[in-house]
Amino acid sequence: MSQKVLLTSKEINIILHRLACQLLENHLDFTDTALIGIQPRGVFLAERLAKILKQEYEVKNISLGFLDITFFRDDFGRGEILKANTTKMDFLVEDKKVVFIDDVLYTGRSIRAALTAIQSFGRPKNIELLTLIDRRFSRHLPIQPNYRGRQVDAINNEKVKVMWEENDGEDIVYLVSK
Amino acid sequence: MSELSVDHLLGIKYLNKKDIELIFETADHFKEVINRSIKKVPTLRDITIANIFFENSTRTRLSFELAEKRLSADVVNFSAGQSSVKKGETLIDTVNNILSMKVDMVVMRHPNPGAGIFLSKHVKAAIVNAGDGAHEHPTQALLDSFSIREKLGDVGGKNVVIVGDILHSRVALSNIFALKLQGANVKVCGPRTLIPKHIESLGVTVETDLRKALQWCDVANMLRVQNERMDISYFPSTREYTQQFGVNKELLDSLDKQIVIMHPGPINRGVEITSDVADSDQSIILHQVENGVAVRMAVLYLLASKIK
Repeated sequence: MSQKVLLTSKEINIILHRLACQLLENHLDFTDTALIGIQPRGVFLAERLAKILKQEYEVKNISLGFLDITFFRDDFGRGEILKANTTKMDFLVEDKKVVFIDDVLYTGRSIRAALTAIQSFGRPKNIELLTLIDRRFSRHLPIQPNYRGRQVDAINNEKVKVMWEENDGEDIVYLVSK
Repeated sequence: MSELSVDHLLGIKYLNKKDIELIFETADHFKEVINRSIKKVPTLRDITIANIFFENSTRTRLSFELAEKRLSADVVNFSAGQSSVKKGETLIDTVNNILSMKVDMVVMRHPNPGAGIFLSKHVKAAIVNAGDGAHEHPTQALLDSFSIREKLGDVGGKNVVIVGDILHSRVALSNIFALKLQGANVKVCGPRTLIPKHIESLGVTVETDLRKALQWCDVANMLRVQNERMDISYFPSTREYTQQFGVNKELLDSLDKQIVIMHPGPINRGVEITSDVADSDQSIILHQVENGVAVRMAVLYLLASKIK
């Protein structure tokens, strides 16, 4: 097993600021926008972006939610059993502009599940997708991000590992090959 | 990885502490789901579940059926009263006939203790015991503990008294196993005739003075007197039972502390508890019913995920 660094902490920081600015450009004051981190790993990215928007761009009232997709996955009974995580949505998404936030976009199946899961909380006005890493040529479904941090070419037995300071000790993205 | 150590839920006796923790953590998530405006998730959409009830039930059956539907499973219902069981069909034949219609799980209530265990050895489906005679009623015990955990934060270290007809109660036995597994202290209280001999071997103590038992406990789980299972007289009269083992408001108010009142239902109002107790702030009876759906969803989800 070997791993190489895809993004360093400094690069991640620059990308996060760029993504925050892109969101700002399209959503202005965020009054009708809901940022939704996909559990488990999208939550860190969502929190980080919300923090940058609040502290550095003085956006007030960001609706930030976490969506667990475990019960909406399409591989139930077909592979390993995943533990459910907390869904935290203190608002209805009815008529809101929803932005799904996840760390890595790979097959697109998690986002497919999230698209179903979000229906339990109302009918959003539209849904966009933001990912830090977009793995090219690996999609099983016609799903593409609206905002992407970095596009990566990785073969199927490689894994992209995104680490966050608050959870894993440092901000770094690895490409791990078996 | 997070999965149960068992393939069937036949009784609490076959579970370990980790299983109970996993069921509760999963139930927490399902409780959030059933409080959404859209209460349904598509998880079990390719699973078919048969609810087979050889004995009457309202709460348990409705609760299972709701849990199954909230998980998007296909559900078939069967009650012995309107079936070929009356024509002399055996249990295995009945169930195998149902299974040949491609059913993946069976939720069964049966008057004979051990019916679920017997079935699990002979048919290919995940079995959930919804009560077998006076033996076990595992999902009831799980939802009882889940409700205690929700109300008091933890089950471990709490003092729980189970009051009433311990002898005929599957709820009592499952509760004793579940509570002991989680480190609670358990007392049983009732007329001597309704307390099984050697029950102390399960690690519980016996108290025949209700006031003392209530004074000791944090939670009192009040059981119904199961007249339908009594072939002889176990106490002189219902009135005398109520006077000695019924809980009323005056008795509750005379204690030094606020205890939590539970009841698995159906309640015989005015016998084991009076109406003002059942409807008081100290009672969590209706929370138990709500939690029942979440806990059963968790059990079905975790068992279904082990079906290959």
